[in-house]
Amino acid sequence: MENVLVKMEKISKIFPGVKALEDVDFDVRAGEVHALMGENGAGKSTLIKALMGVHEPSSGKIFVEGQEVQIRNPQQAKKLGLGAVYQDITLAPHLSVAENFFLGELPKKAGLVDWKKINSETSKTLTELDIKVDPKKRIKDLPIAQQEMVTIAKIVHEKAKVIVFDEPTALLANEEVEVLFELINKLRDNGCGIIYISHRIEEIFELGNRVTVLKDGALVETVNVADTNKDDLVRMMVGRDVGDMYSIKHFEPGETVLEVNGLTHKGVYEDISLEVRRGEILGMFGLVGSGRTEIMRGVFGADPYDSGEVKVLGKEVHNKSPKQGIDSGVALLPEDRKTQGLSMGLSIEVNTNLASYSKISKAGVINVNREKERAEYYKDQIRIKTPSIKQKVQNLSGGNQQKVVIAKWLCADSEIFIFDECTVGVDVGAKVEIYRLFEQLLEQGKAIVLISSYLPEVMGLADRLMVISEGKQMATIDRSEFMVDGRLDEERILRLASGMV
Amino acid sequence: MNKETAINPIEKKKRALPGEMMILIILIAMFIVLSIASNKFMTWDNMSNLMKQTSINGVVAIGMTFVIISSGIDLSVGAIVGFSGILASMLMVGGWGIAPSVLVAVLASCGIGVANGVLVHDGKVPPFIATLGTMTIVRGVIMLITDARMISGMPDDFINFATSTILGIPALAIIWIVAIIIALLILKFTVFGRNVYSIGSNEEATRLSGVNIRLNIYGIYLVSALCSAVAGIMLASRVGNGLPKGGDGYELDAIAASVVGGASLSGGEGSIVGTVIGALIMQTLRNGGNLLGVNSFILEICIGSLIIVAVLIDKAKKK
Repeated sequence: MENVLVKMEKISKIFPGVKALEDVDFDVRAGEVHALMGENGAGKSTLIKALMGVHEPSSGKIFVEGQEVQIRNPQQAKKLGLGAVYQDITLAPHLSVAENFFLGELPKKAGLVDWKKINSETSKTLTELDIKVDPKKRIKDLPIAQQEMVTIAKIVHEKAKVIVFDEPTALLANEEVEVLFELINKLRDNGCGIIYISHRIEEIFELGNRVTVLKDGALVETVNVADTNKDDLVRMMVGRDVGDMYSIKHFEPGETVLEVNGLTHKGVYEDISLEVRRGEILGMFGLVGSGRTEIMRGVFGADPYDSGEVKVLGKEVHNKSPKQGIDSGVALLPEDRKTQGLSMGLSIEVNTNLASYSKISKAGVINVNREKERAEYYKDQIRIKTPSIKQKVQNLSGGNQQKVVIAKWLCADSEIFIFDECTVGVDVGAKVEIYRLFEQLLEQGKAIVLISSYLPEVMGLADRLMVISEGKQMATIDRSEFMVDGRLDEERILRLASGMV
Repeated sequence: MNKETAINPIEKKKRALPGEMMILIILIAMFIVLSIASNKFMTWDNMSNLMKQTSINGVVAIGMTFVIISSGIDLSVGAIVGFSGILASMLMVGGWGIAPSVLVAVLASCGIGVANGVLVHDGKVPPFIATLGTMTIVRGVIMLITDARMISGMPDDFINFATSTILGIPALAIIWIVAIIIALLILKFTVFGRNVYSIGSNEEATRLSGVNIRLNIYGIYLVSALCSAVAGIMLASRVGNGLPKGGDGYELDAIAASVVGGASLSGGEGSIVGTVIGALIMQTLRNGGNLLGVNSFILEICIGSLIIVAVLIDKAKKK
């Protein structure tokens, strides 16, 4: 009856010392989106890697269209019609779209590369999928969203029947997500089997037919999406009830600590004015590229701005370097932990102290006892899960890494915390912990600016919400106004964000 | 994709045996084997000789370690060794005192280091290219000012320094030991030391943490040039002449010592102790090989293989 494309039976994978997967059953049918959920470390990636020939399972069987197969390497997986879109783009950046399509098997004519054929065939696949990209363009010249589309098209071109999407929306803006979903739906309707991994529960309900939840390497349950709800899924993943993730305490705001008037950086953003008070969260919502990140980087001193006035803690400042920003009391927790937030190869201890060594050193010599004390203190205070502060941050989970970034800025005695997309790649349990940290910060009288393109999050948490579109400030709305009868008026915010007033 | 790995227990076991331990064991093993193979190896004379041989390259390697940890590379160190030796010799032969000659030579060399820093930070020239350029320029300058001729006739006090000993330890080795201690302290206990690692691990994150990248990059290449300049003086004293070709190829030895000692060319990793052991391993191989009468070409093949094996083991361990 149902056409099962891939069936995985009793898959176990044992790494030395760790059982990453234990007796997991999983299958994908033609024409369905099967979501795979679980906390970080639950075994999702290991399961996918077993399917894609990256890791050979320690035991268990894999069937592709009823035939038992042993998938030993990614090439073999590709031949069997299995493809994966990973979070990190896996195209060759300096080659053209078309070259990437035919990488490793460039068609030849009289011994020379048949460019005509390459470009026309690529063009054909792209048109079929309704992706508007010039096949001759180099990958590195395309925006991330288009690179992702090209990756998908490449897999389709390779005649994949089962396509894995590993957190495909992590780097995309709202309208790009819609385009992606349309594409995924199209692939499903064409009879592909889709495996969809995401931390964003809302997406599962928008897209999924069935959902499988893993926890600690074991299968919790496979259910029809129609038969479940958000709370159930979270409970399955976390193993306990977390209630409404976004319900944090809201406080009576205090004095204004950050005031921005008419901030302008020509061609990027214009005439931005805002204020943030102690004990409140100012949400900043805008699509990727709307200038929201750049505005706050300007305030902090990471990027320059042309004109406008910035007042921090009542004093007028013009931060021209991150150092000045930090000294004035501002902390920037940048959008990408790995490339901007942390020195991944160094210890928790060093990362925690990095922004404030001047406070614990004399003439450049560090008081190493204080260094250790501070790292230990914040490790306990914000519950960074680690055997030791000497642990390299690259060995921590996404949520714990984000906590290290927060510890760094707590150490620097910052008053205003700018969080830029701080929960990307962070699982539900850790997200909730980060939101609890917001609460702690607010309670201590700190002010938070929360930049996010994930609407449920920014609306769920913010006391006031500023909407940015194409570098312009569309509106700043009070919580009482976007919380209508206990429900969030998402439509209004989205309309503002896309420039409609 | 490594977020799924979280914290695995294996990692902790590896921690218990730091990278330096492994190469230290190799070094000790070499000592044991050579002591058995040759009764001339474990003698005071030979040990003091080994120290002398290692010390000059060892000092250069210390500076290189700073640069490599910061994810840079400094190809100009060999040329700076030559430059500082030549300049000091010329000044001394020209009638300057020992101290002012050495001081001027070292300061001038530091200027080259800062130039490297400016090129790398402000010019955004990749360190490999920037220092390849300065290396070539400095070599050219040396040839120009010496007319490719050796400089001789330096004061005896200067030449005798290299053969002198303090408490039986060669003076050259003492300079190396002092440099080791200072470098260790800098990397362990100063903000600059933390910055060197952090810049190497992630420059942008470090910048956003308020660290002045410019000053630190200047500082890093300055340290490297300073070490090379000191090594140049040591070499001039040891040879007793200013050699236009002095320090030729030292950059490769220094890089090799750092890498064998566990430094990663992608930055953020490396240690002075590792580099010291790395330098000793390479020199012990040469020294022991000579004692045993091994063909010196074969020795070079061994050293080359050693570098590759050290890195392979390191990579395998990280998997």
